[in-house]
Amino acid sequence: MAILEAQNLKKYFATQKAVDDISFSIERGSIFGLLGPNGAGKTTLLRMITGIFYPDEGQVLFDGKPFDPLNDIQYIGYMPEERGLYKKMKIGEQALYLAQLKGLPKNDAMRLIKEWFARLDMQTWWNKKVEDLSKGMSQKLQFVTTVLHQPKLIILDEPFSGLDPVNSNVIKDEIFRLAKEGSTIIFSTHRMEQVEEICDHIVLVNRGKKILDGTVRNIKQQFKENLFRIGFAETPVVGNNNLFEVAKKTDDQTLIVRLNKGATTNSVLSHFLQNGANITSFNEILPSLNEIFIRQVEGTPAARQFQTVTA
Amino acid sequence: MGKIGLIIKREYLSRVRKKTFILTTILTPLLFVGVIGLVVFITVKNVTHQTVAVVDPNGYLKQSLESNSVVTYTFDSNVDTSNFADKGYTAILIAPQTGINKTSNFQLVSDKSLSSIANDRIQDDIATTLENNIISDSLKIDPKLIEAIKKRADETKLVQIKKDEYGTLQQSNFKLASSIGYVTAFLIYITLFIYGVMVMRGVMEEKTNRIAEVIVSSVKPFQLMLGKIIGIGAVGLTQFFIWIILLFGISTILTSMIPPDVLHQMQQQQGSFNASSQQTSEAVQTIAAAKSTLSTINWPLVIGCFVFFFIGGYLFYASLFAAVGSAVNEDIQDAQSLTFPITLPIIIAIILMINCINDPTSQLATWSSLVPFFSPIVMMARVPFGVPGTVPYWQLGTSMALLVLGFLFTTWLSAKIYRTGILMYGKKPTWKELIKWARM
Repeated sequence: MAILEAQNLKKYFATQKAVDDISFSIERGSIFGLLGPNGAGKTTLLRMITGIFYPDEGQVLFDGKPFDPLNDIQYIGYMPEERGLYKKMKIGEQALYLAQLKGLPKNDAMRLIKEWFARLDMQTWWNKKVEDLSKGMSQKLQFVTTVLHQPKLIILDEPFSGLDPVNSNVIKDEIFRLAKEGSTIIFSTHRMEQVEEICDHIVLVNRGKKILDGTVRNIKQQFKENLFRIGFAETPVVGNNNLFEVAKKTDDQTLIVRLNKGATTNSVLSHFLQNGANITSFNEILPSLNEIFIRQVEGTPAARQFQTVTA
Repeated sequence: MGKIGLIIKREYLSRVRKKTFILTTILTPLLFVGVIGLVVFITVKNVTHQTVAVVDPNGYLKQSLESNSVVTYTFDSNVDTSNFADKGYTAILIAPQTGINKTSNFQLVSDKSLSSIANDRIQDDIATTLENNIISDSLKIDPKLIEAIKKRADETKLVQIKKDEYGTLQQSNFKLASSIGYVTAFLIYITLFIYGVMVMRGVMEEKTNRIAEVIVSSVKPFQLMLGKIIGIGAVGLTQFFIWIILLFGISTILTSMIPPDVLHQMQQQQGSFNASSQQTSEAVQTIAAAKSTLSTINWPLVIGCFVFFFIGGYLFYASLFAAVGSAVNEDIQDAQSLTFPITLPIIIAIILMINCINDPTSQLATWSSLVPFFSPIVMMARVPFGVPGTVPYWQLGTSMALLVLGFLFTTWLSAKIYRTGILMYGKKPTWKELIKWARM
């Protein structure tokens, strides 16, 4: 069953159709990627899911029931892109305060904070103030405060910005661990390489509309161009044929070929084998999400233009 | 504890625990007392004692020109303008040679000019002496007797008693009431600004720190705003509470220094003193007098109203300050231009108060003390004059009710602006946009 379902969400501002009729659903325990270029409407969408904004139209179902911000908010952990902490407040007190605001009793909150601080090597931070922390450290603290209350749904907007590779990996492992323990994770970003690694299911939005929706695997299949990389001991001479054409010839004894319609990989292989070529490798080239993303977004203006909304 | 309670607690503790809070709370009254003490000390210290030689050929000053704390007069016929300094006098006073009881042409010769205090004193002394001389000359009585008669006449006192309080022996002390009105109204005026701006800064801090969005994913923006306003208001009340305790402490210490029989006497005589209490020192008399005069004010009512109008006025304005704080970004100048329409009514209120305090029952005073924009300041200035004497119950009640309605309205309005404002970054919004947010 879907933990979260967005149905025909719309949110118009004075000069923008920030979110214009977007629907999707997220399976329990999955890691869901919400992708889109800057200004696509991701943050507005997330703010509607977290109850900060009311949608103009459409509705959000949480756990099968219409989303009720007052009660459901405690099951959600949201780390916004524009995040921050009280600079002058001690770190331990701050974590406790944010956890209590989510409705955790004090004792439980203390126990969980100690657990998390121990796991992420943060025990010595307790009496420090946020202003004493580096950007990466406060990012880590922010992550802990987001997931501390064991939310069913964790929403992370650009969680790795400002983190070095080591700490990125620490957080990434925690995300995987949380998903394994049953939390659902919405992961919003425009960094595609991370999405490819982490997400099961993605939705791509641009200019307020959904343009892609599916599993990473399916989307890659959908956008593949039938390209194959073939490695040879010695690059053969390729004659005219109706099976494929050479897309690119590289120096190190590899050819990149595009299969024509109807041709199978086996027929291509046998073509080369019949010509006595010595094949060392044969791979399909799937497009990276980055390429798909750029291809989908390309052609639309990089920055959204202001418009008058009549709705 | 609810979420709003958590927010109040954080806002309150994070401010009360600050060293600056503890210092300003304790030091402000001390500083206040210290400054007054210093001014008095400097003034007293500046009065240097003068010894003046008097040349009085006709002898009509000699009879009743008496030395006092400022000037010592010495009648010395061997002194003239050339040698007074050598003989240790700071100045020489020369009375006119001719004309009995002539009031002009007294001359004071000195090396350096005397202080204005000494100068005034000498002139007063001469005038009194001449006055006594003239009276005694024309009526043929002893000049010493005149002094005693004058003293008795000086003790005349006019007691204002309100009609409905006649018989209860409650005396109305206009001067005292108006000064209490001034002080309390100004206190409210200052605290509205201090705590209002504190709320605005707190909201701006949350917005620029980008923590606002984190918090509003846990609580409603309205809870966050109200929690902040109440928390900071509690800080203000704490400060007042400490000040009141300090004041009572100081006054108790001072009272304990007055011998009980004197205090008893003072209370019986309702502040009128005569020669019978001469054995007690002047300072003790002053304190006792102040104490008995202060007891004519209905303190529980004044303090109760002060707390009410402080809280009411604070809630009324603080939410507006919060709305402005949510609308602007880091730029303090943007904040200033947006706060102007909020600070303007506070300033108008203080101008109205200054006009109303001289005539607390005037039309202007009555009406302006009902309008929630002004009532915290204007009504507070009127209350010390007496309820229901000067301020009828219906006026006080209406004023309070309107203030409550007023802050409910401003809080509701501000909450709508705040909700949109704290998540909006970019350029400063115009008033038109703010109104649009309020309508959303």
